[in-house]
Amino acid sequence: MFKLLDGPQTLGRGKIFWSCFFVVLVCALIYPLFADSYDVGNFSYFLIWIFMALGLCLMWGYGGMLSFGQTFFFGVAGYSYGVLAINMGGGTATIAALVLSVVVAMIAAGILGYFMIWGGISGIFFGIVTLSATLVLAFFLGQTAGPEWHIGTARLNGFNGMKGMDPLAVRDFYIEGSALYYVMIALIVVVYIALRMLVNSGIGNVIVATRENPQRAEMLGYDVRKYQLLTFVIGSGLAGLSGALYTSWGQFITPSSIGLPAAAMPIVWVAFSGRSDLTATLVGSFLLLFGFQTITVYSQQTALVLMGALLLATVMLAPQGFVLGIGKLVVDRWPGRRPRDAGPALADAVRLQSDET
Amino acid sequence: MALVEVKDVSKRFGGLTAVSDVDLTVNAGEVHCLIGPNGAGKSTLFKLIVGLYPPTKGSIFFDTVDITAERPYARVQRGMSIKMQAPSVFKELPVRQNIQIALQARFSGAERSTEEDRLLTLLNLAQDAGKLAGALSHGQQQWLEIGMALALQPQLLLLDEPTAGMSPEETFKTGELIKSFNAEGMTVLVVEHDMAFVRQVAQRVTVLHLGKIFARGNLEAILQDDKVAEIYLGKTHAH
Repeated sequence: MFKLLDGPQTLGRGKIFWSCFFVVLVCALIYPLFADSYDVGNFSYFLIWIFMALGLCLMWGYGGMLSFGQTFFFGVAGYSYGVLAINMGGGTATIAALVLSVVVAMIAAGILGYFMIWGGISGIFFGIVTLSATLVLAFFLGQTAGPEWHIGTARLNGFNGMKGMDPLAVRDFYIEGSALYYVMIALIVVVYIALRMLVNSGIGNVIVATRENPQRAEMLGYDVRKYQLLTFVIGSGLAGLSGALYTSWGQFITPSSIGLPAAAMPIVWVAFSGRSDLTATLVGSFLLLFGFQTITVYSQQTALVLMGALLLATVMLAPQGFVLGIGKLVVDRWPGRRPRDAGPALADAVRLQSDET
Repeated sequence: MALVEVKDVSKRFGGLTAVSDVDLTVNAGEVHCLIGPNGAGKSTLFKLIVGLYPPTKGSIFFDTVDITAERPYARVQRGMSIKMQAPSVFKELPVRQNIQIALQARFSGAERSTEEDRLLTLLNLAQDAGKLAGALSHGQQQWLEIGMALALQPQLLLLDEPTAGMSPEETFKTGELIKSFNAEGMTVLVVEHDMAFVRQVAQRVTVLHLGKIFARGNLEAILQDDKVAEIYLGKTHAH
């Protein structure tokens, strides 16, 4: 298990890295003790989006599939949570609604992914098809304002969005505020560790091999389509988890959380952070969301323009990602690092800096 | 006993017929060389055998099973393994990981680790195991890809110009390596221009020209065929 956590596909290994990890985790756990409830709620909101970013990192950075469909699955799961929570009632049923809505998103990803991957769609066309699906869903949901658009007692409500669902709850205990924050932290730790183990496993080896050279990977006896589909379903399922948690957190969801500006956001987070590494994506996306939210308080338009500028700057100046670049600098300058472990470290650094995929 | 049978296979790309009505049999346990000038259709025939191209007509059998409609990965799982013409390794991954990815299809646990070290030593790549595959020389990349193909322990090893970019010493060593695997029972089909290498390894030779089989037999018989010698190999090579 430890070998999988510290494998070749992830930067950050050994005692120093994991010590830092636990320090950050402890800080995150004690944060609600010192912060007011408004800030804790805001932090929960930032953390909601991390799953979507990690999912895109897996698909794009490790699997070589640039998907613009993260908000498609975010929307599918978000609306599914709303429909299920409203129809199944509140209380513990909301937990079932959360799980089922993620399953619905993964099934949708399985269907869309099957037709794309078995149909031979790859490269830029993968992005175009997923973006098209996203826009179709956003436009479709936007025209569902009439009373005829309902599933059970859940009204879709067009651009006004769906509302009226309960937040996550266990019996009479609503998972809100600090409780929601701790659930988010726990989920992020579980997802992060699971993804690290996945990409460093034999399956992860094939996922990366497929990104590098799908024909060679197939000539080693791997049905690369199955590995691509698996990557797509997991990555999209994580976007679904974000969507369901978002709906539960705010008790509403609108088509604007699916449309083009929203669909571009995960790309910016992951590109800025460094798509080739899970840790860089986790840290970078959190920082970016925090900055974006802080600026949005004063001007949402300014925040959007800054995000666009940041994407441009990333592409022009640090195509491997700013956070990853800084992380690599720290690793390279760490005393004693190079002489002890020069070969693999250099290989990792060059691989992770590559902007060919 | 025939391990591979190519029956009446043709491949057209638009108006160009790259392979035309080819019948080829590769017997189990032999080293069979495909030779011929550039554009003869050798690499196309290779890709037809491994499934990278579907044939326009004809059938391909492996170990008596019709594999014409099978995808490449399924053919590899049956016991084929190929080294492409241009080095086709995972350039952004370390050498060791390239070998690991190939080995994990066949081995697990300690057995895989042992085989990994054995292959790296055999290929003279142990010192470079931590390097990126793309940082290796052309010849080393050829070796690495041969190692990845060997890692699958195939019944049939297909090598498309395995010695391109290698020094004479490396070429000779590659030949000896192929002969040693053949001695253990592996069937090998090789496309090669280097006649010294063909002399070193070939037990049977097929000459392709303009997509058709031009001649076949053992190398000495082929070399004594004046038409083959003059038109495809050149007098200086033949004698």
